Amino acid sequence: MAKKQLRIALRNCGVIDPERIEEYIERDGYLALGKVLTTLSPEATIEIIKKSGLRGRGGGGFSTGLKWEITRKVQADQKYVVCNADEGDPGAFMDRSVLEGDPHSVIEAMAINGYCTGASKGLVYIRAEYPLAIERLKIAMKQASEWGFLGNKILGTGFNFDIEIRYGAGAFVCGEETALIHSMEGLRGEPTVKPPFPSESGYLEKPTNVNNVETYANVPVIINKGWEWFAAIGTEKSKGTKVFALAGKINKVGLIEVPMGTTLREVIYEIGGGLQDGAKFKAVQTGGPSGGCLMEKHLDIPIDYDNLIAAGSMMGSGGMIVMDDANCMVSIAKFYLEFTVEESCGKCSPCRIGNKRLYELLEKITKGNGTMEDLDKLRNLSTVIKDTSLCGLGQTSPNPVLSTIENFYDEYYEHVTAKKCRSGVCKSLMNYIIDAEKCIGCTLCARNCPVNAITGERKQAHYIDPEKCIKCGACMEKCKFGAIFIN
Amino acid sequence: MTKITSLKDLTLLRDELRARTIARSEKSSPDSIIQVKVAMATCGIASGARPVMDYLREELEKRNIPARVTQTGCMCYCYAEPTVEVTVPGKEPVTFGYVNTKKADEIIERYIRKGELIEGIIPADYETIDSK
Repeated sequence: MAKKQLRIALRNCGVIDPERIEEYIERDGYLALGKVLTTLSPEATIEIIKKSGLRGRGGGGFSTGLKWEITRKVQADQKYVVCNADEGDPGAFMDRSVLEGDPHSVIEAMAINGYCTGASKGLVYIRAEYPLAIERLKIAMKQASEWGFLGNKILGTGFNFDIEIRYGAGAFVCGEETALIHSMEGLRGEPTVKPPFPSESGYLEKPTNVNNVETYANVPVIINKGWEWFAAIGTEKSKGTKVFALAGKINKVGLIEVPMGTTLREVIYEIGGGLQDGAKFKAVQTGGPSGGCLMEKHLDIPIDYDNLIAAGSMMGSGGMIVMDDANCMVSIAKFYLEFTVEESCGKCSPCRIGNKRLYELLEKITKGNGTMEDLDKLRNLSTVIKDTSLCGLGQTSPNPVLSTIENFYDEYYEHVTAKKCRSGVCKSLMNYIIDAEKCIGCTLCARNCPVNAITGERKQAHYIDPEKCIKCGACMEKCKFGAIFIN
Repeated sequence: MTKITSLKDLTLLRDELRARTIARSEKSSPDSIIQVKVAMATCGIASGARPVMDYLREELEKRNIPARVTQTGCMCYCYAEPTVEVTVPGKEPVTFGYVNTKKADEIIERYIRKGELIEGIIPADYETIDSK
């Protein structure tokens, strides 16, 4: 069977010792930098990156070469290149793995980026929650300086480049480039309106080029193997590979890297080994809090930036959470909204207030108090938030709601009309009932009920008071006769 | 460390390092040695990779088996951590999943010493930039 995965960004992950620069050099490390500095002009290098079709792997999907070109063209005495390592999507860990397994590839690519854009200074913005990635990056930076890949007159040329680390305190919004830059400047991590784009006025109001970890990890390979090689992989508009963090109810949880155009079915069933305990597939969430939930009918679409957006989700940074019948889609939407409400910086009202109201509507529905009108409100409010929010966080935060309403409307409908949660997740919609036929009156359930909601005489059928019941399920677990069921 | 000051020096160094690794993995070479890699990313360490690496280092030495035990980043089989890759000279590398110290002992005694294939081998399910 043909192998479905191709490791480009992860080429050295799990292969080399990240703390030994020799092992990186052995696998063509810093060769791309050497090649670029001694044989190519910045313009020619940018042209290679442009032609390769590499697009931002942090989620946006903007052409990397074009971004570099724009930054290059701006005149300034000082420019900066930034590595965005503020990975914050729930369930995503590919940037951490690249930095922990192959930090030199990011350093090398940042230096190449510096040469192309005219920056002599690089900054890595990394979450303080990634101590091992930080430690290995620091070791790698020290080695790169000692060996002459960072510092002055790199590889005997006139090019000077240095990197510094900036720590993020874990705010999700700081993954947005303008918020990230403000955070690095020591200001509040709040986004600002674009334009001006960071490539014109970014860190300390100087032209700044921000790229994601995984984007950088691809760059040395493109230089070494040629843009033609890279552009031959993937789909028409999305070239190369994408790393996904497979998580959820899947057998082989882990990192995978597949060529663009691979289908979700291939990822979930062939690479991921299918669902745990043979459970039935229900949905797959891609793109984190900005993405959406896709269903069975989407399994055969080839994964790329444009197809995922057309299907109502997005690539995002590459989190992929697989769900089965035990997941309630309304609760999933609520989970992501809870995250967004927590992480909204509060600067613009659509995001600050709108998401809170969305969350409250979802809370109302899962508590069994929703109306059909609420479903319309959810849709309308989602559209308003998307259209009017200041930055990418608010512009995409309603996606989990919209995609679940679109794809799993019958579940919302059931919650609202029949007050039923088919997955048994929404506790307010559940009732534990004792089957009088099966109950022999052993009193075991009554003795284990933490709130004394069960009454009944010995050897007589027992009864659960729905008013008192907190739906903990202890009675059902203890009953030896299968007399307790959920309605 | 003296700095590398030209592309030519870098290429020479790469070739030298490469030759050294090849020599380690060739059966007939005087430098041939068993190479053991332990995935030591956050996921691996959280699942107990560090004691496994220490165990492999100590036991291989105690049992007089010349081996080079190194750490790597994530091998991407997070579901099967800790993961360990063993390359016996003259053979293809083999990756083992769910390695604890008991399993590590089995790897040393049965796979490394006797060449028996034991349970827990993860087949490589990906292409590399060199094979593509």
